[in-house]
Amino acid sequence: MDALIPLFVAIPLISAFLIVILGKLIKSFHRILAPLSLLALLILAIYVFTGLGNSSISYALGGWTGNGGKPLGIYMVLDGFSILMLCIINLIGLIALLYSLAYISKYTAESNYFALFCLIVAGMNGVVLSGDLFNLFVFLEVSVISSYALVAFGVGKTELEASFKYQVLGGLASMLILLAIALIYWQSKTLNIVDIRVFFDAGYNRSFYVFVQVLLIAGFGMKAAIIPFHAWLPDAHSSAPSPISAMLSGVLIKAVGIYVLIRLFFNLFVFSYEIAMILTSLGAISMVVGSLLAIIQWDLKRLLAYSSISQVGYVVMAFGMGILLLVRGNNEAAAILAIAGGLYHMINHAVFKGLLFLNAGSIEHRLDTRDLKKMGGLSRVMPVTYTTSFMASMSISGIPPFNGFFSKLIIIIAAINGRFYLLATLAVLVSIITLGYFLKFQRFAFFNKAAGQAVKKIKEVPFPMSFSMIFLAVLCLALSLLALPSVRETILSPAIDVLIQAELHSKTIIGM
Amino acid sequence: MIVYILCFVLFLVGLYGVITRRNLIKIAISLSVMEFSIFLILALIGYIDGGLAPIVDPGTPAQVYVDPLPQAMVLTAIVIGLATTAMLMAIAIRLYRKYKTFDIREINKLRG
Amino acid sequence: MKGMSIIVQKVSQLMAGLIFIYGVYIILHGHLTPGGGFAGGAIIAGAFILLILAFGSSALNLKKEIAGSSNTESIAILMVVVLALMALLFGSKIFFFNYLPRGEPGELLSAGVIPLYNTFIGIEVAGAILTIFLALVIFKEESLK
Repeated sequence: MDALIPLFVAIPLISAFLIVILGKLIKSFHRILAPLSLLALLILAIYVFTGLGNSSISYALGGWTGNGGKPLGIYMVLDGFSILMLCIINLIGLIALLYSLAYISKYTAESNYFALFCLIVAGMNGVVLSGDLFNLFVFLEVSVISSYALVAFGVGKTELEASFKYQVLGGLASMLILLAIALIYWQSKTLNIVDIRVFFDAGYNRSFYVFVQVLLIAGFGMKAAIIPFHAWLPDAHSSAPSPISAMLSGVLIKAVGIYVLIRLFFNLFVFSYEIAMILTSLGAISMVVGSLLAIIQWDLKRLLAYSSISQVGYVVMAFGMGILLLVRGNNEAAAILAIAGGLYHMINHAVFKGLLFLNAGSIEHRLDTRDLKKMGGLSRVMPVTYTTSFMASMSISGIPPFNGFFSKLIIIIAAINGRFYLLATLAVLVSIITLGYFLKFQRFAFFNKAAGQAVKKIKEVPFPMSFSMIFLAVLCLALSLLALPSVRETILSPAIDVLIQAELHSKTIIGM
Repeated sequence: MIVYILCFVLFLVGLYGVITRRNLIKIAISLSVMEFSIFLILALIGYIDGGLAPIVDPGTPAQVYVDPLPQAMVLTAIVIGLATTAMLMAIAIRLYRKYKTFDIREINKLRG
Repeated sequence: MKGMSIIVQKVSQLMAGLIFIYGVYIILHGHLTPGGGFAGGAIIAGAFILLILAFGSSALNLKKEIAGSSNTESIAILMVVVLALMALLFGSKIFFFNYLPRGEPGELLSAGVIPLYNTFIGIEVAGAILTIFLALVIFKEESLK
């Protein structure tokens, strides 16, 4: 099992550059190689997931293990939280890739698209597998620079402007992250995450600690699009090609934004009350403001992008509540419930937001418009799109028996158990507002009969696109099984253990 | 201590450029200035008073060297900065071809 | 674009060879002196860019140049990953392990597989910077027509 860990990064890297070279010689080479490599990654991820259980593996690159308790060299760490993220990334990546096999016929330079797609997946796999800070930064930059290129892929006016705005804000965020890494290295003289935790356990300078944590919240908050760092997200996610929007909104803001925030604040920094308050309030504000801004949108993908901000707010708020309950120390069951709710909502959001963006892509593929006022009456002529988008809208609004209901229920129950009554009411209110604007989407896109004259000549989308949408819709239903306590224990408990009991896993990792 | 404060001042100069300049190329150059200030901070962190350059000569006894790890980090980060700047420039010249201007007040089709 | 005057062309013809050799020296001594793959690759790209600036892009066949540099870059990075993966087959089956004989410290042919990594990374960085430059030149040429 050890030797499989570097393959998660090596396979997409090799396939990306093979596509660049051989794409000029062999026609349609990319159509075979890219889905094959992502399928291999998905099979590898599921195989490692079933074989891992509750343990953590750490893999020292180049055989450079530590001596005398100090870890030297670069470690790749695979534990319960990482393998969960790996499964989500590779699954949504494979589905979006299958979708783009049919969608990409609108653009030229197809082989570049697939090469960049493989590079995004390689970068994200590297981020969730890295065990030290600078390696995380390098893979973060690999995936984010590829996403800059993919947002601007169809070189129209709005795509280029959105990509420029995204790049400037993303570059600013990366600079803040690098500054925080430099300051952490200055104090602790090491870059390994577990070793820095050992250093911080021994004692730290108070003002430096708070400064570094605020810098990291600002930097990774910009990557995860928490309010007030969200300004790039509506433009970038609405102007990108639809499978790229599904990848960006479904996995990128989670793998390079929320995952790193949670990993650093649970496993690197000692819990502190003020930072947990900041995280929870930022999550709650994002939840409310994102949904309020989504109601007034008439552009379909902008509405979905603002809804992403709102759902990411749910996840950050759930994790913030978990830290607050652990700091107070008297209610560990509620803290575990909150963290489980946050993880479950993260998985769910990847699936149903990906499905919603793929639906928006199908509508755009056939109608060439994203304006809700110009659509109408599509429920007759595009049945697959209509059914899957109905299921996704019911999931995200929290209607049983879909998966969104269970994850939001777990978060609300955890809030009530931990006596955060204001947050519980806000979560319920935002859920109702979410139902409101998704019903608006359903009505204007699929039911409005006034614009129905031009609808007759529209057919359903081609097979790769509809297959991807149906697969994600079935997964929406299947994931609601995760709410059963027995299933939840096997899948989510390793991740929760890793996050809460940092000392237990740190000892196995560096062998101290 | 004064060198770190000067590096931070350089960071703020770059940040001022990104926020207030209207020309696309000047925004890209200010982002580069911000990056270089972080590289300076990284390289200065490894300095030890009286240390030599970390090149080991076989045969001489062990001496006090400066920390080579931040220097390796700066090398990698310089290449990442090159890639970021190249992406920004590519988008900027394509924007010029579409809009015939570099002024960001003209390039504002996305709002709301 | 047009080239520059005859003095610049002759001087750059003389200097480009020396700059190239200097870049190769920095790459090959990457395990002994500061530098290594990145810095040496940037210097080699500088030698080529100097020649293109001096003679003008009308003296080149731009499509063939950019295809050549792009393929060089991709092949070099594939060789890096293949070299790292070959460690999984020999010896102790760890990714990135140093499996060639180590030799004496301070010699040129020492430190196992590190000089090979330096060489391929140098070629890759030179190819990448040259591809970026040629892409910008091609864009300028097309927009002038």
